[in-house]
Amino acid sequence: MPINYYIFLSIALFVIGIVGVLTRRNAIIIFMCIELMLNAVNLLLVAFSKMHHVAAAATNPLAGSDGQIMVFFIMVVAAAEVSVGLAIIVMMYRNIHSVDVNFLNRLKH
Amino acid sequence: MQNALHIAWLVPFFPLLGFLINGLGRKFLSKSLVGILGSGAVLASFVVSVWIFLQVKNGNSYVANYFDFISIGSLQIPFAFQLDQLSSIFLLIITGVGFLIHVYSVSYMHEESSEHFGRYFSYLNLFVFSMLLLVMGANYVIMFIGWEGVGLCSYLLIGYWFKNTEYNKAATKAFVMNRIGDLGFLLAVFWLLAKLGTVSYGEVFAGAGNLSSTDITAITLLLFVGATGKSAQIPLYTWLPDAMAGPTPVSALIHAATMVTAGIYMIARSNVLYSMSHVTQNVVAIIGVATAFFAATIALKQNDIKKVLAYSTVSQLGYMFLALGSGAYVAAVFHVMTHAFFKALLFLGSGSVIHAMGGEQDIRKMGGLSGKLKITYITFLIGCIAIAGLPPFSGFFSKDAILLSAFEKNPVLYGIGLFTAMLTAFYMFRLLFITFTGQFRGTDEQQHHLHESPAAMTLPLIVLAILSVIGGLVGIPEVLMKGGDRLTAFLKPVIPVTGEQTVSHSTELLLMGLSTVLVIISIIYAWVKFRNYQPKEATGLGKVLENKWYVDELYDAVIVNPLNKLGAFFNQVFEGSVIDWLVNGVGRVVQYSSRQLRLLQSGQVGSYVLLMVVSMLLFFVLQFFLRK
Repeated sequence: MPINYYIFLSIALFVIGIVGVLTRRNAIIIFMCIELMLNAVNLLLVAFSKMHHVAAAATNPLAGSDGQIMVFFIMVVAAAEVSVGLAIIVMMYRNIHSVDVNFLNRLKH
Repeated sequence: MQNALHIAWLVPFFPLLGFLINGLGRKFLSKSLVGILGSGAVLASFVVSVWIFLQVKNGNSYVANYFDFISIGSLQIPFAFQLDQLSSIFLLIITGVGFLIHVYSVSYMHEESSEHFGRYFSYLNLFVFSMLLLVMGANYVIMFIGWEGVGLCSYLLIGYWFKNTEYNKAATKAFVMNRIGDLGFLLAVFWLLAKLGTVSYGEVFAGAGNLSSTDITAITLLLFVGATGKSAQIPLYTWLPDAMAGPTPVSALIHAATMVTAGIYMIARSNVLYSMSHVTQNVVAIIGVATAFFAATIALKQNDIKKVLAYSTVSQLGYMFLALGSGAYVAAVFHVMTHAFFKALLFLGSGSVIHAMGGEQDIRKMGGLSGKLKITYITFLIGCIAIAGLPPFSGFFSKDAILLSAFEKNPVLYGIGLFTAMLTAFYMFRLLFITFTGQFRGTDEQQHHLHESPAAMTLPLIVLAILSVIGGLVGIPEVLMKGGDRLTAFLKPVIPVTGEQTVSHSTELLLMGLSTVLVIISIIYAWVKFRNYQPKEATGLGKVLENKWYVDELYDAVIVNPLNKLGAFFNQVFEGSVIDWLVNGVGRVVQYSSRQLRLLQSGQVGSYVLLMVVSMLLFFVLQFFLRK
């Protein structure tokens, strides 16, 4: 399969994520959009890593494995981030009974 | 082995010490202690000066190098003292006359409160210190330090009674006028540095031959501008009469005996340069004789006892410049010396009169004081005879030497000088007769209060009177006594004698006789006219003279008022509409732009993220295009 498909798919996912972050006000949806962007990047990393491995496996059996490792790192960090982020959203709901980020502009005043 | 004269630093050191002690301790030192310290410091300097004089007289002259004052690259200006014939004479005058005036001041200023008394003496000591620095410095920079120092002390002492606005104005006037002259001095020093790279006397005079005649003329003229400021010559003389606002001993010390002769010292010291430029010599001679005549005419009609003496000082300084311009440097130094004696005497005598009259300075309200103030009267009379120039008093010899040199240069200069000598005799004896003879014209209270001054004041008068009588004997002309002109012989190493005297002995005797006869005639005329003086309104020319030829008014109209107007214009128009507008404009621009920028801080997370995304995209796009 040509690499172009993977690239287009991950660009589409990333743009969906950005637009979601920019337009939605619900904190949980924004959160999901961020996850979407992270996974778009992961997808791209995996695709490039596989492509690289196929091309250079003859000389270097470990070629492209660094990309895969990076993906694991991102997944771990994302998991940690989710736990913190969800905790923040829960606290936010307890305090203002809403998950609308536009309510959270008190620093301005 | 080091030269014995190396300890000459002691001379200015004592007055500096006196200045520090009196200045810092003025609040807790008693008045008698301040007086003793102040006078004692100058006396100590005098003793050392006498010792230096004796050393120099034995043929020991020395440049004492103490430390590098300025040392930048090839520019080396040492802190050094020049100890030779010329400076040793000035040292004696400054410390000797200075000491007498300090002693006099102790009594004259006794009514001042203790704190101000200390301030007065610290200023006086600082003045002596600066003056010594001026005279002893071995290069123009050290001289300039002293030059500025005496200007400062003059300012401080003229404005000593600082609660009087008029006095403060007089002090400011003196300072500003001096600054105008100082600029000329400074430019001359820079010019010397640019052309020769040195300011030390010895090196400058040795290298002067390499300078072009334009350079020499410019440097000497600029130095002369400095001298006109400090020594009160046309056109910068108007500060000196106003400087009489200071206490009388100050007038005697600073504005008669020492500071105002700084210009003469400077030119006599630079005689090598001046002799090389005929243009400058002519300018100096003409300015000198014009000042002498002009100031003498003003002195004819002044009614303030100190103002008469002030204009007389200006006139006598003009004489000295006439001598300098005629190339007779020794005669000028000679006149500085005799003038220091008799003018200090006259000023201190006038101080004694003012003291007796309870502060009155207007001679129209005096008269007949000879009975009550015997010592003052006799010493004042001696001073008048000395300044008028009757033989064998000191003024005769020095004035005669000047007139002779003027005659050699140009008979016109001689004619004006001789006429001025007559005027001098006339106005001095007018002053004497109006003050000391006839009827007393003051109030009864003043008459009751009249008394001779205490011994601390009369003793300096007597000493100065003796000096005024015999002071001229160091320079008896050759025609009267073989080898009598010891001053010329003494100063020979510093001021070389150039050429033979061109005037025959018979002519010289004739000139002497002529001036003596004319002076006697004017004294008799003054006696006839003012023996029984009654005040009356001046009219015609007399009124013009009484108002000093309206020179002050002229300066006000031509220089001071336009400058004030310009200042007012800048103050009201330029300041408001340009500077304020500019400064406030900057403030307004910052305020406006920050108000606009503040809108970006909306607090909406979405807008922040949008901004972030947009700017990131912008970076990518830019990067993309720049790569291409």
